[in-house]
Amino acid sequence: MEYENAIELRHVTKRFGSVVANSDISLTVRKGEILSILGENGSGKTTLMNMLSGIYSPDEGSILIRGKEAVIRSPKDSFALGIGMIHQHFKLIPVLSAAENIILGLPGAQRLNMALLTQEIGALAETYGFELNPAQKIYNMSVSQKQTVEIVKVLYRGAEVLILDEPTAVLTPQETQKLFDVLRNMKRAGKSIIIITHKLREVLELSDRVAVLRKGAYIGTVETAEASASSLTEMMVGERISLDICRDEPQTPEKRIEMRGVTCRDKEGVAVLKDVSFTAYGGEILGIAGIAGSGQKELLESIAGLQETENGEILYFSPEGTVEKLSGMKSSEISNLHISLAFVPEDRLGMGLVGSMDLTDNMMLRSYQESRGFFADRKKPRKLAMDIVEQLAVATPGVDTPVRRLSGGNVQKVLLGREIASNPTVLLVAYPVRGLDINSSYTIYHLLNEQKKKGVAVICVGEDLDVLLELCDRIMVLAGGKVTGTADARTITKEEVGLMMSDSGRRALGHG
Amino acid sequence: MELILIFLQKAIAQGICILFGASGEIITEKSGNLNLGIPGIMYMGGIGGLMGAFFYEQSTAEPVGLVGLLISMLATLLISALGGLIFSFLTVSLRANQNVVGLALTTFGIGFGNFFGGSISKLAGGVGQISVAVTADAYRAKIPGLSQIPVVGDLLFSYGFLTYLSVAIAILLTFLLKRTRKGLNLRAVGESPATADAAGISVAAYKYVSTVAGAAVAGLGGLYFVMEYLGGTWTNNGFGDRGWLAIALVILSIWNPARAIWGSFLFGGLYILYIYLPGLTRATQELCGMLPYVVTIVVLIFTSRRNNLESQPPASLGEAYFREDR
Amino acid sequence: MAEETTQTAGGPFFRVVKRSGISTPRAWLIRLAAVCCGLIVCALIIVAITKQNPLSVYAGIIDGAVGTNRRLWVTIRESLVLLIIAVGLTPAFKMRFWNIGAEGQVLMGGMAAAALMIYLGNTMPNWLLLMLILLASMAAGMIWGLMPAVFKACYGTNETLFTLMLNYVAIQIVNFCIVFWENPSGSNTVGIINSSTSKGWLPELFGLTYGWNVVIVMAVTLLMYIYMKHSKQGYEISVVGESQNTAKYVGINIKKVIIRTMMISGAICGLAGAIIVSGGSHTISTSTGGGRGFTAIIVAWMSKFNPLVMLLVSAFLVFMQKGAIQIASQYGLNENASDIITGILLFFLIGSEFFINYKLELRGTKRGTK
Repeated sequence: MEYENAIELRHVTKRFGSVVANSDISLTVRKGEILSILGENGSGKTTLMNMLSGIYSPDEGSILIRGKEAVIRSPKDSFALGIGMIHQHFKLIPVLSAAENIILGLPGAQRLNMALLTQEIGALAETYGFELNPAQKIYNMSVSQKQTVEIVKVLYRGAEVLILDEPTAVLTPQETQKLFDVLRNMKRAGKSIIIITHKLREVLELSDRVAVLRKGAYIGTVETAEASASSLTEMMVGERISLDICRDEPQTPEKRIEMRGVTCRDKEGVAVLKDVSFTAYGGEILGIAGIAGSGQKELLESIAGLQETENGEILYFSPEGTVEKLSGMKSSEISNLHISLAFVPEDRLGMGLVGSMDLTDNMMLRSYQESRGFFADRKKPRKLAMDIVEQLAVATPGVDTPVRRLSGGNVQKVLLGREIASNPTVLLVAYPVRGLDINSSYTIYHLLNEQKKKGVAVICVGEDLDVLLELCDRIMVLAGGKVTGTADARTITKEEVGLMMSDSGRRALGHG
Repeated sequence: MELILIFLQKAIAQGICILFGASGEIITEKSGNLNLGIPGIMYMGGIGGLMGAFFYEQSTAEPVGLVGLLISMLATLLISALGGLIFSFLTVSLRANQNVVGLALTTFGIGFGNFFGGSISKLAGGVGQISVAVTADAYRAKIPGLSQIPVVGDLLFSYGFLTYLSVAIAILLTFLLKRTRKGLNLRAVGESPATADAAGISVAAYKYVSTVAGAAVAGLGGLYFVMEYLGGTWTNNGFGDRGWLAIALVILSIWNPARAIWGSFLFGGLYILYIYLPGLTRATQELCGMLPYVVTIVVLIFTSRRNNLESQPPASLGEAYFREDR
Repeated sequence: MAEETTQTAGGPFFRVVKRSGISTPRAWLIRLAAVCCGLIVCALIIVAITKQNPLSVYAGIIDGAVGTNRRLWVTIRESLVLLIIAVGLTPAFKMRFWNIGAEGQVLMGGMAAAALMIYLGNTMPNWLLLMLILLASMAAGMIWGLMPAVFKACYGTNETLFTLMLNYVAIQIVNFCIVFWENPSGSNTVGIINSSTSKGWLPELFGLTYGWNVVIVMAVTLLMYIYMKHSKQGYEISVVGESQNTAKYVGINIKKVIIRTMMISGAICGLAGAIIVSGGSHTISTSTGGGRGFTAIIVAWMSKFNPLVMLLVSAFLVFMQKGAIQIASQYGLNENASDIITGILLFFLIGSEFFINYKLELRGTKRGTK
């Protein structure tokens, strides 16, 4: 009980290949406090915390737990040190009950006395004010109940430090309030709590101190009492960085896609797009900003005919002047109408390409149905593959190499190259430069700008605001499945976009 | 009345070897291993026990039934566990495909059984048809006293001890799966090996132990067949498709050994129903023979349609788990 | 990131490292080594039982498999049957659909062939009858492949267990038919069908008894190779098998592909049944499949669906089986020795795939320093 800092990180650095995910980060977590780790997507928050939970180990620097230097090699080591992390994706077994999930893998009497264990777990949950029925099966639970199970599981294993990764991302405002109440109870009981988040309002409401990360670097820690939404936003987004992406004025923009009041739901029936309306024009790049999971994926997939929509309609205005209703159509039906939609999805190797197939066969994905007759034409795709390799300088031993063996940047060039090759009128791209090095990124910016010049309507989902602000003509912000604003990318500031993404986003959620 | 009694008795007798096989396969599948080698393993278990008893009875002038029983049982457990070990080694350690290994093991096991069943007497110096009467009698011994009670005795107490052992094992396994920590961990391994691994459970160890133990239990089904059902002898391919029926029974019982007890009697009944149903021609008798399989298919379709999570196969069934793939 | 976690797998003394790629000759060297190990183990067992010089035992195997013209042709005929079933299974497996039901599909095809031989044997010219037989057997196999496919496509019903169960339904159907077809009556076997007229038998070709078998099987193998490698449908099968997500993304109708592919797979297995019945045994029984539906699964999987490799593996397995049957009779053992030998060889071959995909590294030798 003599120690003051539950956790201390000293000069921690973590690299993945050439990418530095965390550089020289030093921060402390006090006993009995709630510390928020604030940062945009890709700022290295989760990587940092994964080093505490034993998923990664740091390349440089040291970690002190309760004043003593510790080496955390595995999740087991992390448990033993009293650290419990609640991930965004819950690790629970649906057919087992909450209590069974909680005691999984723990030592103890061979014979299970479920009644006693249920009581024990129930009592533990009650001390902190959780509402939990330990006998309930996981598959019968809501997302917030599952989260409760994860937290209780960690507490039952004797965790002194709890790390929660974006805990409110999946919760309703009421559930969020309940969670905050129990977190405060836990703090009173002397536990240290770390919350990874990018929601300013929650940070201000809940935490004692805030540590801010930006692009893998540690910016600083401030007492919440001395912070405000604008001061935190400033720390989080930093100065606007000039990227020198050459951007032309849109030439005679033409209406291409119009979405009117579209709502859609995910598999669990949760609304992921709520009454979304917007227009995309040919000859401009429309950027979609928002925190991860705000409905960006569904927005693109509903246009591409891969996501069923509930209300509203999606209209396509062809260059010839005809109008087609895309909503309610499958992707194959859309391509049968000779509407050339190109789509570069977020999951490049799991959706856009087939990792085990070579470049030629991956080119065929789009074109094989065009050739007449029974046989697939491999000559044209092969030619296309060779052209792409040459024009985009794809580093590959040849067009017969499985794309899985290529580096991330080259995979993206292959994918984008194929999509552009179909001469689309609409180009949908999701996170086009994620994980790419600088040179590859500029190749991609250049390709997108070329398409814009050709009069293609480009819709680009991105996470790096600097890029979006310099690449796009207009920016639309999504938060919690709703459109919270659309602005001219040339004039809006980064802070304004940041605020639309987080705070007003939460307000939108509150109404929804 | 008499006929119904005999039918029930025979149905139970038919069901027991299927029950052993199903219990063993359930415990195996609960770890996520789909062992299609079970039919072969049951052949191996059967011939193993027979050989153990045979060599014992050959080696001594006055064989004692109980000794023969113990030796043959030990031989069965060892040989069938070896089958499970081959399966685990290839699928867990060498990461081979489960279906492929299972089918190869069945080819091997059936050949193993028929080969030694057919040549054992020759190998031992030509004693003609093998028979281990003394040991088989020990297996067939009924419960004294109780089996004399009319009707109830015939129905409940007229079997050798393996019958009761099979039911006891099924109940024990159900208890193990549902009421113990190890059972809970095992279910977790079969449902989501990655989650189990993260919780500090050794996935490979659980897969090995449950597969080897499951194979040993299944082997007892073969032992039951040669000792109690055939009376201590061997006929090539006599065991027939009972091994596959055991796998079918796993589905019918929805991965619950206790439910497999009733299921095995039902399957045993369906298996011999054609003999007892009046008015059947030979042709319709054969159609009757497909009943167990048709029933299983219907159950399979029904469970997949119902989408009820509780009655699904273990979620990782048939899939390999390697940590670096996480 | 992947490397990070690899360190923990493999046990205390060594770790398992996935090979990024292996040269083809090297992979074959590993397989060859596995076969040799398997043969040595088999030899040890055979010697332990027969107490003969292992070399003379292997000479006996060769003699049994290809020693006489007749034996050679039986070995070829059986290899072809194994090959065509494996070819039939290829599209299903390429789609990651576990068709364990080849045995049943073969039986249904064989049954259809036998039925036509029995009922239409004297009503039409032989060539027309043979055409009908081939078509009917394909249709019968197709139906048997269609059922699990429809339920898999619509409800996600587990195809491994479904196709497995259908095998035994097929066996009972054959038993049912035997009741009507038995000859002589009371024997419970069908006997040689049309033994005097040879109606519905595949005739000789180029003076070879099994000439047509060779032509049909080779043609089907070639067509399947072209279908898988060069047709649009074959391409769709690969995409569905590799990534259903991608298939959806490019607008492939996954249900349609599953059903269509299983119809093809079932039809070829059904055709294999006709080749067994019309082109070989001229009778039907529950052992017409003879477990080859299962062995072919292993053949197809081990060959990675390469037709040439499939031919080699089929021939090798049949060669060993036929040889083992010969030595068994030579030394007064029973013929099931062949299954034991097949099993052992399969274990070694299956196990060898691990050493092709992974390599073991001793722990303690730090990466980079060595």
